[in-house]
Amino acid sequence: MRYLLVEDNLALAKAILDRMSLNGHVADHAARIGTANDYLKVSDYDLILLDIMLPDGDGRQLLKEYRANSGKTPIIALTARSQVSDRVGVLDLGADDYLTKPFDFSELEARCRAVIRRQGGAAENIKRFGNTVYDGVSGKLRVDDIPIRLRNRELRLLEIFINAPGQLFSKSKLVDRLFSYEDDVAENAIEVYVARLRKKLESSDLKIITERGMGYRLSLL
Amino acid sequence: MTDRVRASGSIRGRLLIQLLSGAGILALILFFVVQNFTKQLAEENQDNILRASVTSILDVAAVQNGQITIDIPYSAFSMLGNVSDDRVFYKITQNNIFLTGYDSLPDAKPAKSLSQPRVSTANYLGEEVRLVTSTRLLSNAGVPVLISVTIAQTRNGQKQTLAFISRRVSMLGFGFFAIAAILTVYSAQSTVRPLQQLAVSVSRRGPQDLRPVAAPIPREMVPLVDALNKFMGRLKKSLGQSEEFIAEAAHRVRTPLATVRTQAEVALHRVEQDENRVALREMIRAIDESSRAAGQLLDHAMVTFRTDYLEVQKLDLREMVFDLVENMRPVADLKDIVLNLENSSPLSIMGDSILIQNAVRNLIDNAIKYSPVESLVKLRFLQGPRKIGLIIQDEGIGFPKEDRSDLTKRFVRGSNVGGRIGSGLGLTIVDDVVGAHGGSLSIENNAKGNGACVTLCFPSS
Repeated sequence: MRYLLVEDNLALAKAILDRMSLNGHVADHAARIGTANDYLKVSDYDLILLDIMLPDGDGRQLLKEYRANSGKTPIIALTARSQVSDRVGVLDLGADDYLTKPFDFSELEARCRAVIRRQGGAAENIKRFGNTVYDGVSGKLRVDDIPIRLRNRELRLLEIFINAPGQLFSKSKLVDRLFSYEDDVAENAIEVYVARLRKKLESSDLKIITERGMGYRLSLL
Repeated sequence: MTDRVRASGSIRGRLLIQLLSGAGILALILFFVVQNFTKQLAEENQDNILRASVTSILDVAAVQNGQITIDIPYSAFSMLGNVSDDRVFYKITQNNIFLTGYDSLPDAKPAKSLSQPRVSTANYLGEEVRLVTSTRLLSNAGVPVLISVTIAQTRNGQKQTLAFISRRVSMLGFGFFAIAAILTVYSAQSTVRPLQQLAVSVSRRGPQDLRPVAAPIPREMVPLVDALNKFMGRLKKSLGQSEEFIAEAAHRVRTPLATVRTQAEVALHRVEQDENRVALREMIRAIDESSRAAGQLLDHAMVTFRTDYLEVQKLDLREMVFDLVENMRPVADLKDIVLNLENSSPLSIMGDSILIQNAVRNLIDNAIKYSPVESLVKLRFLQGPRKIGLIIQDEGIGFPKEDRSDLTKRFVRGSNVGGRIGSGLGLTIVDDVVGAHGGSLSIENNAKGNGACVTLCFPSS
């Protein structure tokens, strides 16, 4: 998916961009409203992540103008202000959702997906592996054209594998990606989810291979 | 919170008393002046007729054949009868020797001036009479003869007339007073009206409305309104500064935390060594803890601040909870928790939407946080005759039995929270918001099975 990140804090922006590329997303970065407007003129994005306090103005202004000019791309506002401090919320100004800094990246991703899905999925983001089709936007998996229901964690696990086919993931890596930092999860917990996902992928050409003592990887038959 | 203003007297009352007593005095003066005037007129009238009568008798006194003859003319008494039916007495003397009439009738007292005829008032036969005496000097064969005529008339008729006029005049006085009283009430009312209008326009304002008073006001009130406007200006500025300060503080704290957190996350996905991994996880946890604490502290400050200046409006609790649930769904999804909101008809309450939103969000947040993965959080509405509520039930760890009542206190957390990150302010905020709206918060555990059951109630509008 293609993102536009509007964020003036360069360290934070770089960190977000790094984190996004880890999930296989492409993103442009604008540090000012002016630059953001230039980007928006020439490219189409699936989603805009918009900081509210920017050096050359208020992100809400960009939001209002963009919506007034019938810009359709979903926007998630990133705000460091408290939710109770703004009487006119960003949602009233046309944002699809907002997230208070600092945020959990999994939550950001979940919100992005929810927003894009609500919009009807801006761009197709379909990946094919033999008889298996995965739509990264809607989070739908089809095997031999039969839809398969996945729980959120199973889906996220599948996505980690699909974004890097063939790559080996240790159990601890998967724990870090899948569980919140609040839970002290034993590495074995990941086995439960791998087992469930394997069951759902039974008839698929995609298989999760166990590398003994190393971890798991996805492979195509 | 607000002290009652001490009132000393009332402008309207003072105006009423002053104007009414003025009008009363004027009415009394009017009454006495008019009564006096008519009394004088009536007396003068009687005196004039008595004088004319006396004069007409004296006029016919003549000397005939050495004899004094007085042929009292009929008109002399008939003219007196014209005025009233009062009794008339007369006395005629010649050189102070009684000739005819009532011997005992006294003469009118001599006036200070020697003018004729003399007029006075006396008591005769138990009645008040008006006396007129006049004299005439005749010459009887060169001998002067002093003829004196006194005519008296009782004053009953005059008194009746006066009493009649007095009644009329007192009615006039009373009418004057009544009209003056109506005008007084009206003028007092219209004098106080701008004050009342100002009071209404100021008290009708919402707590956030600190604009200067713009409505036209009488010149005399300009200094007061001017001072009020300046005061509101200062208040607005200082309120704005506190709000801005809290918001800015949040921004300052959160932005660097966001940077560190995201970088730590990226680093976590790159490191291979387990001890580094554990350290980074710990770091992220600490960041989450501090940002959660900072966020809730600032939210708590803002909520405390806002509860003093509630911006109450009519709102639909159902719609608000519906939106919040939709908003929290992605977060619940991360733990495969299903948020189940029971439908309802619109539920209107009066409240500050931002504060109530924050309270409900805190409760849903808690339900998700303390629930196990793949569980259910049930939300349903409560609709009573006087109150409207929201019940949130989860399948999580529930509240510990022993310290449940302390959980709404600042920084108090349940003894069973384990490693879950929290500030101990969430329920404090909820309790503050509910308290400011005259509602109630109940913290229970589910009767059956485990999990918490939180009930939030607001008075229905």
